[in-house]
Amino acid sequence: MKAVVETRELTKRFGDTYALAGLTITVPRGQIVGFLGRNGSGKTTTIKILLDVIRRTSGEATLLGEPTGSVAVRRRIGFLGEDKRLYSYMTVREIIAFTRPFFPSWRVETETRLLMDFELPLNRKVSALSKGMRTKLGLLLNLCRNSELLILDEPSEGLDPVMAEQMLQSLVRQAADGTTIFFSSHQVAEIEQIADHIIAIEKGRVMLEGSLDHLRQKFRRVNLVFDDPPPPEAFRRDGVDRVIVQGRTISILASRNVDEIAALGPLLAAKSVDVQSVGLKELFLEKVKGDHADS
Amino acid sequence: MVIRLNPSSGIPIYLQIVEKIRHSIEIGALVEGDQLPAIRTLAEELVVSPNTVVKAYDDLEQEGLIRLRHGAGAYVEKGNLAKSRLRRFREASVVVKETVRKLRSMGLSDDESRRLFEAEWIEKAAAR
Repeated sequence: MKAVVETRELTKRFGDTYALAGLTITVPRGQIVGFLGRNGSGKTTTIKILLDVIRRTSGEATLLGEPTGSVAVRRRIGFLGEDKRLYSYMTVREIIAFTRPFFPSWRVETETRLLMDFELPLNRKVSALSKGMRTKLGLLLNLCRNSELLILDEPSEGLDPVMAEQMLQSLVRQAADGTTIFFSSHQVAEIEQIADHIIAIEKGRVMLEGSLDHLRQKFRRVNLVFDDPPPPEAFRRDGVDRVIVQGRTISILASRNVDEIAALGPLLAAKSVDVQSVGLKELFLEKVKGDHADS
Repeated sequence: MVIRLNPSSGIPIYLQIVEKIRHSIEIGALVEGDQLPAIRTLAEELVVSPNTVVKAYDDLEQEGLIRLRHGAGAYVEKGNLAKSRLRRFREASVVVKETVRKLRSMGLSDDESRRLFEAEWIEKAAAR
């Protein structure tokens, strides 16, 4: 069993609107998986269904091969939610001491190290912690458990750049211990930095999915400059995602047949041909635009 | 060894790491027998996925530049391959110097030349 999270044709309806409109995703074991999407694209809804906090309208979802809602599975996964809700009347020391006995796999050395790294004030009440501090405490409580799967909903939300980097670093360290990480974010940069695999969704559907390295190697932008540009239709073929005409320049985003497209340049008397690699941010923005153009 | 990465460049991060380590070996910053950082250490330091470092080390081992000893880390390889590459690297740097001189004499700015080179490489990479 390689997939840690699997959904098939998952839908969720709130009133007349579909927050999820047939979402089929797979989270491979042992990987850091970035769940990318704009606000309102359905990320949190998906995570809530996986955790059995809300019911799906239709479709299937499994965690570690079991249907969602299984208590046995719940023990094997860690979760840090968007709101980072914790027992606010306890101090940092108390909440750690309270949580520890629930988990036989608790790692004391991780606890000691993270307390130092995160500079958490042991005697302060949780209610008096800043948002960044609460995130770090929530992370600590989850990372010490050494779970098989760690799900995080927008973990960098409200963190300053230094804290965000520390947070990412702690995820990387946890991944090195074999934990599968599934984290949602609308920050392309952090996903680009640490993810092995991405799942990008828009309007409750998968827009882009795959190994990040594979996507980086697959997509190219070809820029062609003409005295008299041919119609965009001249470039329509398999693998072409978008053709944009800007004055004398035709810019083509393609995932296949890049050579063939570049070779059209000399054939159609282009003045210059330029092939560029494409970052995730550009790819994401183009896909969102393409999505809107289609609908 | 200092490795700086550019995650948003669109070039796979493992290839960027391979490139940096290869370069360190070629210029002699890393020599035969030197130990490379452990996978988790480098992943933490660069804040990238451990799988990315594994991929980079596997690539370097395939090239014969390093050797992975199970559980004992990665070492810069002594083999002839690295030496012949070093020689080739020196020869190539002469060719590059000559080419750059020629391009300048043609009136191209360094920036223009760089763009021409990059376009050429990316087309090749895309063709693979």
